[in-house]
Amino acid sequence: MIIIGERISVIARKVREAMAARDPKPLQELARQQFEKGANYIDLSIGPAEDDGPQLMDWAVKVIQEVVSAPLCLDTTNKAAMIAGLKAHNNQWGRALINSASGEEERLNNMMPLAGEYNAEIIALTLTEKGIPALAEERCEVAANIMAKAMECGVPMEDIWLDPLILPVPFQQDKCKESIRAIRLFRELNDPPMKTTVGLSNIANGAPKEMKGIITRTFLVLLMYEGLYSAIADPNDKEFMDTMKTVDVLMEKRLYAHSYLEM
Amino acid sequence: MPFAIPKDSYAGKINSLTFGSGDKAVTIGGENGLPFLSFESSISNRPVVALEIQDVAPSDWPDTVRKVYDGVSGSPAQWAKFCQDSLGAKIVALRLVGTHPDRENRSADDAVKTVTEVLSAVDVPVMIIGSGHIEKDAQVLKAAAEAAKGKECIIGKAQEENYRTIVTAAIANNHKIIAMSQLDVNLAKQLNILITQMGFNRENIIMDPMSSALGYGIEYTYSVMERIRQAALVQNDPMMQTPLLCDIGPNVWKTKESAAPESELPEWGSLEERGIVWESVTAATMIMAGCNLLVMRHPKAVETVNRLIGELM
Repeated sequence: MIIIGERISVIARKVREAMAARDPKPLQELARQQFEKGANYIDLSIGPAEDDGPQLMDWAVKVIQEVVSAPLCLDTTNKAAMIAGLKAHNNQWGRALINSASGEEERLNNMMPLAGEYNAEIIALTLTEKGIPALAEERCEVAANIMAKAMECGVPMEDIWLDPLILPVPFQQDKCKESIRAIRLFRELNDPPMKTTVGLSNIANGAPKEMKGIITRTFLVLLMYEGLYSAIADPNDKEFMDTMKTVDVLMEKRLYAHSYLEM
Repeated sequence: MPFAIPKDSYAGKINSLTFGSGDKAVTIGGENGLPFLSFESSISNRPVVALEIQDVAPSDWPDTVRKVYDGVSGSPAQWAKFCQDSLGAKIVALRLVGTHPDRENRSADDAVKTVTEVLSAVDVPVMIIGSGHIEKDAQVLKAAAEAAKGKECIIGKAQEENYRTIVTAAIANNHKIIAMSQLDVNLAKQLNILITQMGFNRENIIMDPMSSALGYGIEYTYSVMERIRQAALVQNDPMMQTPLLCDIGPNVWKTKESAAPESELPEWGSLEERGIVWESVTAATMIMAGCNLLVMRHPKAVETVNRLIGELM
């Protein structure tokens, strides 16, 4: 499974401060660490960055790709910053991933054309102005709208990663199985199956700290059984990564060897 | 609507590996697709063939292949030079079969002497292959690796039971390693992991899936190689992205078809032709399965396979 390393996020104080001071070290350290632990993409979340979005994104993309041979997942709602990131991105190790479009009209119109224009892949959240639809079938309707827009923008279906959105089990227990079903239904929307991704840690938001690991890992197994393509997660979490590798082995997506966990 | 050839793209790529020194160095691997599918992937280096020589006269080879080396096979250095100069070998593979306890039981010191002589006789890259005896190979290959320091040889075969000694010697003397497991993809991966965990660069490993010969279970080798390539290219498994070695001589020249005399089986036709065809077909099958480096015995079979590779590239 494809792992998008989530650690470089403006929500973390250390990252926020490093971005404000243009100190490359903390970002590079987080990037390197995640890459070594098996991240396939490094997420770079700068938030809305209203003051200096484009400059910040340009700088951050370059300093991160100085130290890791991986594509980045560019995470901002700021369109100008997204463009700056796509221009700065080095495609040598894979194309950039835009994080994210959604079924909201403005966001879809802002982001989807960029995927076509800059030959990037794109994550699309199946939500609209009205929020996250309750049923998996309704999320498929949103997905269909997103796919129609993609066709209009010349973005191939293989470049879209559909995200059903994960709601925390402590607050929305009845929505968990809808997200699982959504993965299955999304895949059926196209042949070859649509790619899918989730922000996994949200499942355990609000749960006691000692419960987060088991909830997240078990949810991962259920999603992977339905064919989940990728997850935004923390590759430093060894138990999580071990679970992911084991499911890959059991589903025959990774070759077994006695020491498979160590690779 | 014009017809478009459906194309697959692959997530992984085979490591490219260079051995030997100077302008005779050889590079293998580097492809990012299945064998010879050049319409959808790039094949950077063609499969190459090494000619086999031995540290003792090849008394157990059938006459038809032994006679090719009459006059030189008594001396490994002359034999190596003959392969390089007269037969145009790009690589010489020295098999230290005489060190096997059930054969001449030559010592590690004897092996060192042979290795040194062969290395000074030729400037093409040399592969140093043990007798296949686990304990003896560990001693012999350690000594041979030291004697060959600076020549960037391929040494082996490292197996599950003796890889530590051989890998340590390869690291200390800057050689490449053949990692062999017995027709088992999972054990092959495990051995590569173990070797890598010793600090050996995985890009210096060549995997020997344990090749067979036509009529000797070649379909098992073929399936194992296919699975290895699927893991390397489709699943992008870094542990399986090593070039593949097929050491076919010992099995090919043991088959009935390559050894049974014409007096016994007149309906099978010329014995010499049979052996050459048998080795050629075995080699052709192995390159179809993704083999990057072959070790062979009969120069006529090598010629045939090289022509085939040329046509497929």
